[in-house]
Amino acid sequence: MGKVMDKSGILQRMGPLVGLILIVFILSIINSDFMTVGNIFNVLRQVSINALIAYGMTFVILTGGIDLSVGSIIALSSAFAAGMMATGGNSWLAIGVAVLSGTLMGTINGVVIARGKVAPFIATLATMTIFRGLTLVYTEGKPITGLPDSFGMIGRGYLFQIPMPVIWMLVAFGVLYVILKFTSFGRHVFALGGNEEATRLSGINTNRVKILVYSMSGLMASLSGIILTSRLNSAQPTAGASYELDAIAAVVLGGTSLTGGKGWIVGTLIGAMIIGILDNGLNLLNVSSFYQQVVKGGVILLAVLLDRSKGK
Amino acid sequence: MTELLTMEGINKSFSGVKVLENVQFSLCQGEVHALMGENGAGKSTLMKILSGIYSKDAGSVRIHGTESLASSPRTAQALGVAIIHQELNMIPDLSIQENMFLGREFKWGRTGFVNWPKMRSEAKSYLQQLGMDLNSDSLVGGLSVGQQQMVEIAKALSMHAKILVLDEPTAALTKREIEKLFQLIATLKTQGVGMIYISHRMEEIFQISDRITVLRDGRYIGTRDTNVTTMDELVQMMVGREIKERFPKVDAKIGEERLRVEGLAQEGKLCDINFSVRAGEILGIAGLMGAGRSELAKALFGVGKYQGKIFVNGKPVKITSPAEGIKAGLALITEDRKGEGLVTDLSVRENLALPNLRSLSRFGFISHRSEREFVDESIKKLNVKVHHSGQGVSSLSGGNQQKVVIGKWLATQPNVLILDEPTRGVDIGAKREIYDLMNQLVQKGVAIIMISSELPEVLGMSDRVLVMKDESLENSHAKTRLRKRL
Repeated sequence: MGKVMDKSGILQRMGPLVGLILIVFILSIINSDFMTVGNIFNVLRQVSINALIAYGMTFVILTGGIDLSVGSIIALSSAFAAGMMATGGNSWLAIGVAVLSGTLMGTINGVVIARGKVAPFIATLATMTIFRGLTLVYTEGKPITGLPDSFGMIGRGYLFQIPMPVIWMLVAFGVLYVILKFTSFGRHVFALGGNEEATRLSGINTNRVKILVYSMSGLMASLSGIILTSRLNSAQPTAGASYELDAIAAVVLGGTSLTGGKGWIVGTLIGAMIIGILDNGLNLLNVSSFYQQVVKGGVILLAVLLDRSKGK
Repeated sequence: MTELLTMEGINKSFSGVKVLENVQFSLCQGEVHALMGENGAGKSTLMKILSGIYSKDAGSVRIHGTESLASSPRTAQALGVAIIHQELNMIPDLSIQENMFLGREFKWGRTGFVNWPKMRSEAKSYLQQLGMDLNSDSLVGGLSVGQQQMVEIAKALSMHAKILVLDEPTAALTKREIEKLFQLIATLKTQGVGMIYISHRMEEIFQISDRITVLRDGRYIGTRDTNVTTMDELVQMMVGREIKERFPKVDAKIGEERLRVEGLAQEGKLCDINFSVRAGEILGIAGLMGAGRSELAKALFGVGKYQGKIFVNGKPVKITSPAEGIKAGLALITEDRKGEGLVTDLSVRENLALPNLRSLSRFGFISHRSEREFVDESIKKLNVKVHHSGQGVSSLSGGNQQKVVIGKWLATQPNVLILDEPTRGVDIGAKREIYDLMNQLVQKGVAIIMISSELPEVLGMSDRVLVMKDESLENSHAKTRLRKRL
């Protein structure tokens, strides 16, 4: 990790994990349906979509930025892929198109932010609207259906009885964990978020690092979009709307600082799980979906407040 | 004359290090009392105690004969103490009157609505009192630095300040503005305001002060009446007799030319700079703050566009980014350690490795073994005092932080090392270590450019000295001649 692991640091980092265990513990006591293999896989499958976006978002937030356009990138890149497959295109090729277009959209964000020196919030707010609009133009506002069965494997299939999305989530976690912790690029991300000027004066091409993190965020969003499309067996023009908020919430719950420079991707995975399990648990407890939002927001606020008071 | 302020037996330590020891200071009504000493001598700590920012460990501060219990800048203000800082604390987007009465606006009764006519007339009266012809509605951001400073002084007067601390007030002023300021100081004297004047500029101090007190290494050295002392005496008091020993300059063999600059210019910052530096040479660049010294250092290192030619080892190079500066064999240790030198969130290890990651990684993966070896070696070589290399760099003292900044650059094996204020905020012991390191480097054939505001340091460590003034190099002085000038 970027930060020093002294004793208090470890305790602080374990906060999200303790919270997760606590929620799991409480839910498994008050509802016997929660702690079943079926339900756990169900939860993890739901978590995977948010987790993939949140991984990319972690890189962005570590540099001190934000990416609001991920939801729209999901919609547009999946629409491209679905469009190809619906007209008889090869599934693998379609996946490639989705990944490439998503990465390209992220790169556009990065270039506007790094070279155009536009605040990330504004730049990605604008592209969020643009990409969503382009999705509506491309799909004519209608879902794209008629996808091949082979494509369904990605989101609905199983490997050794583990749902495929869960495997994607874990594989991506492993790869990104290694990138963030063991590569010089990962180190540059932390340095850039900690002090941009000092990083630049250390001979690091900070613009390149910035563009790369937004490209990664776009890439991860498109991967998430592929899974979503596969699970729904269609590309929806409104897919991914407001997904950026759950992703940001997962990153922040995981203990990554919104001002950049401090954080870890393990926390993000935990944060995504907290959100997913909360959703699932509240459903099992038959809490109305209106109240669910109130509870979820409250938990996020509480977690961040607890984190702040520890920091002092 | 009545005494306004008496400080006696002031002691102050930070985490076990004594920064003030048994210091005394006094100020009379209508007096200008200069406070002198090198960086780190304890001047600003003493003033921060006076203004309630720091609390003293021992001693007494009496204002008008009564013990001051100022525990915050606000309570100190109430006692009539005001500091005009080097960096002005004004809000550029607000008008003069809004800045002057910020937080204590005149209101219509208790309504909470601002009484603009009253604000305007009050502001005007204070400005007039100082002989300033400014529209109080104009925005502070549109004023020159000199004018902003005057507004700040007017603000202090509006708070009925009786003790005014001027911290390097002329550092960023033009000649004409300085004259204006001095007239203002004369006016304030007749009004009975006592002023503590902190400056490195000898001529000014002799021009306007009544008494001079010198601090050195946190100790009180002495107080002299300005009209009986001499510059020589003051320099001796400031730097002590052991100037030779404090600057252990070793003359290295001067070799090939490492860096030559021809007609270097940067719009609004630098103008027609020409110089060269050879292997084994330490080139000192003196000059006032704001003369363009740091801009010169950064321009050489690829920050901002420049005109002119740069030659490294005789070959012309075009440096458009810090990365290219490093490739050309340059290294820059910036003046602003926290803002530009270190990533304070990261550890000592990560900071040391930052510009060296390319050589410490393979296929983009950092080799943790090479990194550890490199970091341990750097820490040992530079004698950085850390518990372990994973420690947060922000927990180190100024001197050790500076060693980390130097360490991160040494491994890039620069041909030309540019040091901008290398010993600012560094204690005497670490200073000595930094000087020793500079000696070792020149002996290995590195060329060093040292920018410094501390004249004794420039004189003690350089082979040649250049003076920068108003964006250009004024003159090249042989060391001996400059020493006489001082």
